[in-house]
Amino acid sequence: MNVLRFTTAGSVDDGKSTLIGRLLYDSKSVFIDQLDAVAASSKRRGTELDLSLLTDGLKDEREQGITIDVAYRYFATPRRNFILADTPGHVQYTRNMVTGASTADAALILVDARHGVVEQTRRHSFIAGLLGLKAVIVCVNKMDLVDYAEAAFTKVCADFESVRHAAGLPEVHFVPLSALVGDNVVDPSARMPWYSGPTLLALLETLEPAVPEAVSDFRFPVQTVIRPRTTEHHDFRGYAGRVAGGRVAVGDRVTVWPEELEATVDGIFLGSQALKEAHYGQSVVLTLDRDVNVARGSVLTAGSAPKRDASLRAKLCWLDAKGHRPGVRYEFRAQGGHGQAMIAEVERVLNLETLAYEAGDGQLEANQIAEVVVRCATAPTTETYTDQRVMGGFILVDPVRGTTVAAGMIH
Amino acid sequence: MNHSSFLDELEAEAIYVIREAYAQFERPSILFSGGKDSIVVSHLARKAFAPAGIPFSLVHVDTGHNFPETIEFRDRYAASLGAQLIVGSVQESIDRGTAQEEQGPLGNRNRIQSVTLLETIEREGLDCLLGGGRRDEEKARAKERFFSHRDAFGQWDPKNQRPELWNLFNGAKQPGEHFRVFPISNWTEMNVWHYIRREGIELPSLYFAAPRQVIWRSNSWLPVSEYITLRPTEVPVEKMVRFRTLGDITITGGIESEAVTLDQIIAEVETLRQTERGNREDDKRSESSMEERKKQGYF
Repeated sequence: MNVLRFTTAGSVDDGKSTLIGRLLYDSKSVFIDQLDAVAASSKRRGTELDLSLLTDGLKDEREQGITIDVAYRYFATPRRNFILADTPGHVQYTRNMVTGASTADAALILVDARHGVVEQTRRHSFIAGLLGLKAVIVCVNKMDLVDYAEAAFTKVCADFESVRHAAGLPEVHFVPLSALVGDNVVDPSARMPWYSGPTLLALLETLEPAVPEAVSDFRFPVQTVIRPRTTEHHDFRGYAGRVAGGRVAVGDRVTVWPEELEATVDGIFLGSQALKEAHYGQSVVLTLDRDVNVARGSVLTAGSAPKRDASLRAKLCWLDAKGHRPGVRYEFRAQGGHGQAMIAEVERVLNLETLAYEAGDGQLEANQIAEVVVRCATAPTTETYTDQRVMGGFILVDPVRGTTVAAGMIH
Repeated sequence: MNHSSFLDELEAEAIYVIREAYAQFERPSILFSGGKDSIVVSHLARKAFAPAGIPFSLVHVDTGHNFPETIEFRDRYAASLGAQLIVGSVQESIDRGTAQEEQGPLGNRNRIQSVTLLETIEREGLDCLLGGGRRDEEKARAKERFFSHRDAFGQWDPKNQRPELWNLFNGAKQPGEHFRVFPISNWTEMNVWHYIRREGIELPSLYFAAPRQVIWRSNSWLPVSEYITLRPTEVPVEKMVRFRTLGDITITGGIESEAVTLDQIIAEVETLRQTERGNREDDKRSESSMEERKKQGYF
């Protein structure tokens, strides 16, 4: 992996902003003028150099000392590039965590060594599991405040076992650290000789989360059709998209959905360059050996047949401030089709405190997570989310206001 | 670090976003400043639709205070793309009375560009502008979406942005609203330079060091032009200077440099300890000057 996309979660007091500031600062990813601005700002506030200010963005956030929205940070080491989605952790911003996690390979979950595993830890871990993140790093922060005691660290590791199980996390790592002082973030700590594992940065550099989409059957949702209509390319008809699963080579037989027609790929292009094959993640143009009806929302596949159901069971996270009421219609949007839809049934709603699903009353409010049945006017071409994130995720859009009201993961 | 395959991934992501903009909007256009980021977006757009031509017009907001090289490059580049060029003139907005020139010795036309931009969007009926904004540029931009919703007044509401999940971009809007789309959101300055070198993309000469007439103002070398008023203490000197970003000539400061090739620029950027926009007078006004301008419809 050349780039690791990861997300961070933690509540205000876990020291998340300080940790990120420390990661950027110690990995020498901070420019002098940014540092000067932080120093000046710290001075105005009468504090020492406050690294958390490196990640504070908007005016309201600085004034209230909180993070409102997902912020993206970039840094690189000689080994790897990093894209970090920094998300606020408080309850009312579950939607931001879901957003940040949806494009991440891994998550950092912060735990205050003094308090151990708390409700927020469980919630954040649960969301990481729900969004299908393959790896989680539990950062046991503020070790300086517990005298770097091994017992505080091992207690978190032990207590996290039940969370890991409930959240369904395949790969979990633990690092004892102090973001404030800098122990085990980039530089190994001399104050925790009992810990022989990697620092946080070393872990981030070597993590290789599984990417099931890279080895799955071929999936190619079509974004648009390219028809130059020029003398030179008079009959050219290409299908533009980004490979959502597996790979394809010139000469491969594919099936075009929803029509379920067979064709052979006779050209793969990236710009003016002809390719022999394309793999997961590449944006290309494909041409087929015969005229078939392909449009935006069509999906080209090989191997196993995709899911073609109008009625979809899904986990749904309600994102909008305005809640869901039974009978309301939405616009369904997924890689493999869009159209009218409704929530036919709210089967169970997640209790964010106990992390158990309970019977609901058919309504959904902001930041609630539920198991639902969505009924689409026309069947989209999809996949089970746990197999293929790109094909298995969908959003619901309010048809009047145009806002994204919910994110769904298909069972 | 393997630059090449990371660039491939960034390129694939940007092409995907550009195609989404094309598919979801009726009159999308590229906001073209003549700077390297909007040139890269235009290059990516050409690549996204080949062998068909680029399906976007180019919009340039002309403050009237330009580097002559920018205008010359803009016209030549638009012609080479075969794209229609739409120019919004800040001077015309001032003459119409819809925009007011800032007063005082530090007054410039940066902020009122937003007025002209919104007027151009309305006049041309545009519903989407693709821009070269990157999240690593500035702290308000770090919170920007790929598909950024603007209300009927062109305003950006940072607290009410649409959540963006996976790669499902939502361009639904009400009449009069529009979107700004940022295909190279995830690129850093370094990535842009590596990509320019890899793809052999042509740039305006201003990015390369040359002897230029400059004055020292606000910690950078500001080019001498007919549009700035020299203060009594300011004496023009000739320096080997290049520009890291290109904007209005009155606010774009240069840095001293000997870099005359792309390789030299890349080597220089790797060692620079200042952010790219550090020489932009427009960003220095307050801790949140970019945020304030974005809310008012700035790029």
